[in-house]
Parts: sequence; C-alpha cells; structure tokens
Amino acid sequence: MLTSNRTIDARGSQCPGPLSELIRAMKEAELGEVIELWTEEPRTKTDAREWCEKAGHEFLGVESAEGYERIWVKKAR
Amino acid sequence: MAKAIVVIVGGGVGGILTANLLAKHSKQIQVQLIDATGTHQYQPGWLRVPFGDYRPESLRYPIRRLLHPSVELITEPAKHIDTDARHVVLQSGKQVPYDYLVIGTGAYPHPEEIEGLAQGAHTFYTEEGALRLNQALQQFRGGRIVVGVAGFPYKCPPAPHEFTLLLDDWLLARNLRQQTELTFVTPINRLFPIETVAPVFENAFKERNICVETFFNTESVNSEKRVIASLEGTELEYDLLIMIAPHRGAEVVSASGLGDRGGWVPTDKQTLQVKGHENLYALGDATDLPVSKSGAAAHFEAEVVAQRLVEAVEGRTPQHLYDGHVMCMIETGGNKAMLINFDYQHPPRTPKPSHALKIAKGLFRRAYPLAVLKAPLTAGVGFFVRPGEA
Ligand SMILES: Cc1cc2nc3c(=O)[nH]c(=O)nc-3n(C[C@H](O)[C@H](O)[C@H](O)COP(=O)(O)OP(=O)(O)OC[C@H]3O[C@@H](n4cnc5c(N)ncnc54)[C@H](O)[C@@H]3O)c2cc1C
Repeated sequence: MLTSNRTIDARGSQCPGPLSELIRAMKEAELGEVIELWTEEPRTKTDAREWCEKAGHEFLGVESAEGYERIWVKKAR
Repeated sequence: MAKAIVVIVGGGVGGILTANLLAKHSKQIQVQLIDATGTHQYQPGWLRVPFGDYRPESLRYPIRRLLHPSVELITEPAKHIDTDARHVVLQSGKQVPYDYLVIGTGAYPHPEEIEGLAQGAHTFYTEEGALRLNQALQQFRGGRIVVGVAGFPYKCPPAPHEFTLLLDDWLLARNLRQQTELTFVTPINRLFPIETVAPVFENAFKERNICVETFFNTESVNSEKRVIASLEGTELEYDLLIMIAPHRGAEVVSASGLGDRGGWVPTDKQTLQVKGHENLYALGDATDLPVSKSGAAAHFEAEVVAQRLVEAVEGRTPQHLYDGHVMCMIETGGNKAMLINFDYQHPPRTPKPSHALKIAKGLFRRAYPLAVLKAPLTAGVGFFVRPGEA
C-alpha cells in the first residue's frame, strides 16, 4: 500500500465526479504530493491514468478495497 | 387538529410543483413557499436567447400565477435555516416556522472560481449572460469560437453541446461558418459524461467539423490576449469564448451549515430526506444526488417529496422512493432533437435524433407553466416511457 499526503473520498459520486475531484485536488497540491482517491466508479482508474498521461502527472497505482477502489496519483509538474 | 406547516424554500421547478401537489391536501397541510424574487425563470429557454429565438421576458413567470391559491407565497430571500428552532429566517429578520421543510434553492454558475473567466467568457446560463451573448453574436463576422465546460458540476449536462450544434446551424444560415473555426472543450476524456450518449454527439460534431479538445480543465482566461489555458498545458486563442462555469449551491444552504464543500445538500438517494434530518427534504439542483441536475429530475423528485410528506402528515410511514428517473429532450441541430430516459438502475440507451422530438420540445416549452408546474395534468405522468422499458 502506498502512503499519500491527502485522501479524497469520492465514493457515492457518479462519473465524472471522482475524476473532477481528483483534478481539483491536483490543482491545489504541491509538487511531489501524492493524492489518494476513493471511488466506486470502475471507469475512474482508466480515466485517471489517461488524465495523468495528458497532464504530465504520475499514476502510481490502484488497489481494490471493499466495494470501491483506491487510486494513487503524484503531482509531477 | 392543527394543520401541519410545510415551508418550501425556492420557487423553481421542484419547489412550485411540490407546493401545488401538496395544495390538494389543504385540509391537513398549510403550504408556504419562500422565493427570493417572486419570478420563476424557464431556464431551458436561455439556450435559444443568444440566437434571438426567444426574448427573456417570455421566459419569466410571476410565481403567484403558477401557484394554487391556497399556497402562501413569501417573496423575500431566505437568509438562514435554523433546524433546531425549526424556522427559516428571512432577510428582514422575520421568522417563518415549519413542521416540515423542503429545500429547492437551485444551482448557480460561479465564474469567479477560475481566473479571468468572468471577464473573458460569455455564457447563456444566466438571463443577462444570454442577452449579452445575443449582442456579441450579432456583431460576429467570423473567427475562432471556443465553447465548452469550464468545470463540473453544472446543470443540464447536454446544454453546452446543444448550444454548439445550434450555433453551427446559426453560422451556416448566415454564411459565416466557412470563416469560423469552432472548438469545443471539455474537462473529461470524452465529449459527454454518459457513455451511451457520447457517440451521438461525437458523430454530430465530426460531421460538422467542430474540433473537440478533451481533458481541457480550464485554468485561466486572459481576456486581453484572448487565450484560454488548461491545467493540462493546452492554450487556445479565441475571438469569442462561451463557457459554462462550475456551479455551486445557493448561499443560504452553506450559511445554514446544511451544505457540503460545493454547497450541495447531502440528500438520501431514495427518500430525498436531508441526511440526519427526518423533517427536512431537498430536491432538484440543490442536492448532492448522483443524477443530472435537470428540471426533469426536480419534477420527478417533487412527486416523491409531496407523496412522502402527505404520508408523514397522515401518520403513516412514508413509502414512496425516488428511483433516480431523469428524462431529457436534447437538441441536436438540423431541426432535430433526441430523447434520453434513465434512472439509478438503467443507463440511457443510445438515442436517435428526430424532427418529431424537436416539435415536441417546442410544444413542451409552451405547455410548461400551465400543464407541468400547475400540476393537474402531471401527477404520475412519468413522461412517455420509463427507462428500461420500450
Ligand atoms: C441553459 C439551460 C438549459 C436547460 N435545459 C434544460 C432542459 O432541456 N431540460 C431540463 O430538464 N433541465 C434543463 N435545465 C436545467 C433546469 O432549468 C434546472 O435543473 C431546474 O430549473 C432545477 O429546478 P430547481 O427547482 O432545483 O431550481 P431552480 O429552478 O433553479 O429554482 C431555484 C429557486 O430558488 C430560489 N432561491 C435561491 N436561493 C433562495 C433563497 N435564499 N431564498 C429564497 N429563494 C431562493 C431562486 O430564486 C429560484 O427561483 C437547463 C438549464 C439551463 C441554464
């Protein structure tokens, strides 16, 4: 399991809610910070990975938890 | 027995319909509706104000005229909701006590949240914005137009797409399309959040040569240089910029400690009760529900809220639940429209644009205040088909 500087609980939020919350948090984060996102939307991990590629951030990984997924992303620029 | 007092805050689709449905039970229930302005705005009409199709005055209705005579209208902004004392404090300081409260205060664009957006971008999401855009379009002689979504959430998710297709029609009709580069920007990686609907827009945009920039999260607008920049590092030059700003809930919700970070009321998905408050309900755009913020959702929610309130007042356990039903008639340009219908369990099917639906959308606007808000025809209308059927 990875450690993060901040966790966003976007469970219960419908697509594109979780991705928007991640993007908002990344906007506020400092360079090098790791954000952890909790989501129930199975699509979020693919979307988040694609977004990191486009925006130049690092997609660190994803893990399943009970009924949701945990995604880690690092601010890289 | 004393009548139960139901106070509704907000004279939008949700608030007015709830009031009128409850008015049929005026022997047991006294209904009071508080609205900040006393005027109801038919917001879907703003989509066509920029093209000169509707005048804003024709989209305004005095709320008194839409309400059943037994409903008391209070025209004054609510400043604070005191859930311990069970009263609403108005701007004048006057207190309005309630047994049950319904929050239907809507959602509002906040362009100031993005640097330069308020100064640099037009919008059709407010009455004055739509009028100002109408003037800007009249002066437009060709160039680069950027339209898009600056951030989530916002109400009526397809409206920016509908606007873009109508704009393409409008430019064609004025022989301006050839001199115009039309670009649509969206924060996510596809043109529309709902996957089954996205391809319809993708095809229409491709056919019409409308460029699409995905993963464009607006970071700032420089109105002097006429450049819009994204968090992802893309910059676009424009001559005319039309953006939908991210929305927030009404001020009174946050001021009363009833909102989440975005000012949305945490609401139970099915019972529509405000979480942690048995005698408080929320509906429409004001909630944090995982459904599109739309008049249609507010309408279907109002039916559930009214039924549950009647059950509660009559001493029964409320049984009616909201299933997440939303229905949307979407303009697709070329004089066509399409219908999507969905709920929590059933995503919308991929729709087909048709001329008949375009006519239906026009008729709906005219029928709306009397047939829809005044409620006699609508109870349980469920509109055409339910998601998952047909
Ligand atoms: C351009 C555009 C196109 C749209 N097209 C469609 C469409 O085709 N189909 C569709 O279903 N939906 C559409 N919508 C969305 C639809 O208009 C809204 O979702 C709907 O109006 C929500 O209803 P509501 O009752 O929740 O809130 P609203 O109708 O927004 O009403 C909120 C009310 O609360 C009042 N209020 C706010 N604060 C206070 C306060 N402190 N005290 C007292 N009163 C207060 C306001 O004055 C207002 O009257 C569109 C919206 C726009 C902007």
